[in-house]
Amino acid sequence: MNGAGSAEAAALASVGVPLQPLEWKFSQVFGERTAGEEVQEVDIISAIEFDRTGNYLATGDRGGRVVLFERTDTREHDGQRRDLERMDISINRHPEFRYKTEFQSHEPEFDYLRSLEIEEKINKVRWCQSANGALFLLSTNDKTIKFWKVQEKKVKKVCDMNVDPENATGNGPILGSSMPTSSNCKQYTANGGSLDGPFGFPSNDFSFSPGGVPNLHLPMLTCHETSIVARCRRTYPHAHDYHINSISNNSDGETFISADDLRINLWNLEICNQSFNIVDVKPANMEDLTEVITSAEFHPTHCNMLAYSSSKGSIRLIDMRQSALCDSHSKLFEEKEVPGSKSFFTEIIASISDIKFAKDGRHILSRDYMNLKLWDINMDSGPVASFQVHEYLRPKLCDLYENDSIFDKFECCLSGDGLRTATGSYSNLFRVFGCSEGSTEASTLEATKNPMRRQVQTLLSGSSRSLGTLSRGFRRGADNTGVNTNGNAFDFTAKLLHLAWHPSDNLLACAASNSLYMYYA
Amino acid sequence: MSVVDEPLYPIAVLIDELKNDDIQLRLKSIRRLSTIARALGEERTRKELIPLLSENNDDDDEVLLTMAEELGVFIPYVGGVEHAHVLLPPLETLCTVEETCVRDKAVESLCRIGSQMKESDLVDWFIPLVKRLAAGEWFTARVSACGLFHIAYPSASDMLKTELHSIYSQLCQDDMPMVRRSAASNLGKFAATVEPAHLKTDIMSIFEDLTQDDQDSVRLLAVEGCAALGKLLEPQDCIAHILPVIVNFSQDKSWRVRHMVANQLCKLCEAMGPEPTRTDLVPAYVRLLRDNEAEVRIAAAGKVTKFCCILNPELAIQHILPCVKELSSDSSQHVRSALASVIMEMAPVLGKDATIEQLLPIFLSLLKDDFPDVRLNIISKLDQVNPVIGIDLLSQSLLPAIVELAEDRHWRVRLAIIEYIPLLASQLGVGFFDDKLGALCMQWLQDKVYSIRDAAANNLKRLTEEFGSEWAMQHVIPQVLEMSNNPQYLYRMTILRAVSLLASVMGSEITCSKLLPLLIIASKDRVPNIKFNVAKILMSLIPIVDQSVVEKTIRPCLVELSEDPDVDVRFFANQAIQAI
Repeated sequence: MNGAGSAEAAALASVGVPLQPLEWKFSQVFGERTAGEEVQEVDIISAIEFDRTGNYLATGDRGGRVVLFERTDTREHDGQRRDLERMDISINRHPEFRYKTEFQSHEPEFDYLRSLEIEEKINKVRWCQSANGALFLLSTNDKTIKFWKVQEKKVKKVCDMNVDPENATGNGPILGSSMPTSSNCKQYTANGGSLDGPFGFPSNDFSFSPGGVPNLHLPMLTCHETSIVARCRRTYPHAHDYHINSISNNSDGETFISADDLRINLWNLEICNQSFNIVDVKPANMEDLTEVITSAEFHPTHCNMLAYSSSKGSIRLIDMRQSALCDSHSKLFEEKEVPGSKSFFTEIIASISDIKFAKDGRHILSRDYMNLKLWDINMDSGPVASFQVHEYLRPKLCDLYENDSIFDKFECCLSGDGLRTATGSYSNLFRVFGCSEGSTEASTLEATKNPMRRQVQTLLSGSSRSLGTLSRGFRRGADNTGVNTNGNAFDFTAKLLHLAWHPSDNLLACAASNSLYMYYA
Repeated sequence: MSVVDEPLYPIAVLIDELKNDDIQLRLKSIRRLSTIARALGEERTRKELIPLLSENNDDDDEVLLTMAEELGVFIPYVGGVEHAHVLLPPLETLCTVEETCVRDKAVESLCRIGSQMKESDLVDWFIPLVKRLAAGEWFTARVSACGLFHIAYPSASDMLKTELHSIYSQLCQDDMPMVRRSAASNLGKFAATVEPAHLKTDIMSIFEDLTQDDQDSVRLLAVEGCAALGKLLEPQDCIAHILPVIVNFSQDKSWRVRHMVANQLCKLCEAMGPEPTRTDLVPAYVRLLRDNEAEVRIAAAGKVTKFCCILNPELAIQHILPCVKELSSDSSQHVRSALASVIMEMAPVLGKDATIEQLLPIFLSLLKDDFPDVRLNIISKLDQVNPVIGIDLLSQSLLPAIVELAEDRHWRVRLAIIEYIPLLASQLGVGFFDDKLGALCMQWLQDKVYSIRDAAANNLKRLTEEFGSEWAMQHVIPQVLEMSNNPQYLYRMTILRAVSLLASVMGSEITCSKLLPLLIIASKDRVPNIKFNVAKILMSLIPIVDQSVVEKTIRPCLVELSEDPDVDVRFFANQAIQAI
């Protein structure tokens, strides 16, 4: 489906009909702030991800909680194709989600050996293959990865016991003289250990009549209601000396990786006490350290390929078939420095904060402080497209460095069809770019109930962009205004770091502080 | 709510606890499922207990695992083989849970039950179950299904057999890699039940698909299938269809697949027979020994000896030995270590001349390796070489290696070499040992690390067993006695430990004349820890020595200790006195 989508896009591009820019509309908000409400630090969303089907959305927050949302609008049509076809038009309804459940994934801890506090903040959540109607996901904080199972469970009540505590008292001392009271009786029932005790246990030589004992009966179960239960199935601890920045599932369904600043480890989902180090960039002498790993992701279909990004702005593609230790990359993607433009900030802003594979597995999207770049893994000379997100901040880098904003790690995402990309910015803004060839789409939206408020300004600046189709890469979306429409300076505290694109629909979930906004087009 | 008779009470509780909130109690109850079943009788077990268990699929993994195991041996409790099918539904549910070990156990139990069931019952109950699982909505069911075909297949009618073929081939093309992996790893078992005609057509085409799977994890399981299928096929089919696959696999892009080939190579050779081994698999193996990836070379190096056993010595010397020489100076220490752990065993395979000429230089170079594990591995297999070429040729290099290991700064290395000292002693003989290694053994008694001192004490005992108490009288006891005056109490403790161990092998006479006096002196030590250890050792001596010695020497000493100011000393002294 996806392949067809991009083929179609290519066809469109070749006849020179660019995709129409999407018109984004507000869909839903969860945890909206009321005016003047102070945001609790623990409520700030720190991770967000749709599952493969797009029927579920998970968010993690700084308080170590994971919240799950479930799509509500497709449920009633499940499997009835004819109905779907008949209602073809009404299908255009956009996806809607509802709160499903939440659980405490991580707790604050203290590493006594190193005197380090370990925050409970969720750095990443990743969905795993679901089975038997249960949902599975991985969540991680700085040090420990956990594997969760979320399931609707029937609350069962047991009745019709052989030994009823109350009944037992009513019927006198059936236990014999040694345990005459009801309290003892209860203790006896509750503690099977006493079976091996003074009574002696009916061992296998205990003889029963061939027909069995008729007055013994089995407990009955009655189901009253269901409840959603989240259980931690496995914990993968003690494998990272530095802070984990990414986890990613492999398409083989049995392994995943976790990456920290200097190393990438490979795990089997079923084995939590052993992981294999596959990438180690730690130099023998830490003073020689020039580059750290900032993000890592598996290829969506090739189980042997993974990509990781670095603080120097490069992306390395690794083929795990080549070697058990993948310290040498198969391919390196980086943009050549423009000579002469080097400043103190050059390296800082070149650091890649997030990479994502497109669904087709051919493209990688990367986000650094200033730009969003799209790479073709078959072309390592430079990005196929680059979109300026924060160009207007260039004069202010000094201030941004001083208030540490320059180290903010913005995430990026691609639409399921691979035709558009999105990433966040300051003042709770996020930007959407069309990345098919010839597309000029570049919108700026605000994570509020009225996302198009700033649209006018964007269109203005959009008209001044140059389409560099001469070079193979093209740049656009330059936003030269340093202030928003109201003339106010940008709000560096309201940063929209985390967002996710629905795998099949044009639906964006954006985390603005403690609120989750959803937009559709 | 019925009243339960007193003798039945434990059973009643057990039954109730099947659904207790406490998992430990549920577990206990499930482990006693057979008792419950016998109490209920066969009919009620079938009609009530089994259905109850079938519902129980969201319990804790441990409970489910135990249940899966118990149900596998439950046929007698449901009324024998003709009722065995009632056990299938609960196991079918267990086959679908997401925990792999539970599923595996359920499949194992199903196979066990299925192999006892009557053919008609298999057709009526077992085969439909396999088909249901194979068509399961969730991958877990389909994964389990793959492991059941070899039980279901033999009793199926021709039409059903065709259906089962096509179901299996679908499973091999499942969207989920987990299902394909399961299908790949169970292919051998299934193939063994399939008629030769189908084997060559249906199964081989399934196999070919698997060998071309784009997931490494599936392909590498197909390697195991090569060996299994190879054994089933006629030799010419084997050469035509399996051999090329193996050769391809040995050059696969993925090191994990090549690693698997290296691991399975001996099995593959056995399946292929001598001629293809010589013409195709030797070159393949040589390539693996020279692989770029160290992990592959490690696996290949570890199979050197086994592989040479399959070949004749000339071929081994001609093709394999040159690689072995290269590996002995491999850049990876783990490769050299893997080689060192097997290379000594090649001596008997190659014979005396080839060993002296070809292997000896390799042994010697590995004995000088920088990496202690390599040297240790060589030393640990000394007994393999000794009968072939004798130890003398090695002893020149052996000694420095041992001495260096004995003084290695990692205590685990020192510990490892101590473990091998008795073996070395037996191979080297008393004379050589006394000259060169005797001093080392004493030196370890004063190591800084407790584990080493403890191992050293134990080592003395093992040496005494090897060389006899006569030898120990000359070479161990005097030195031990001397060290008992060490100013460090921890070292004196080590001596006590050595004494107690030696006493058990020296015989009562020497114990009384040499060791007991030492203990009596130690009982007057100023450190309480020494004193109560003396008490403990004296207690252990009681059965060894003469009654008169006990009364004359041990008892007075213990009595004195039992009046010690230290409470622990008194405790152990009294304990010993009571033992007299």
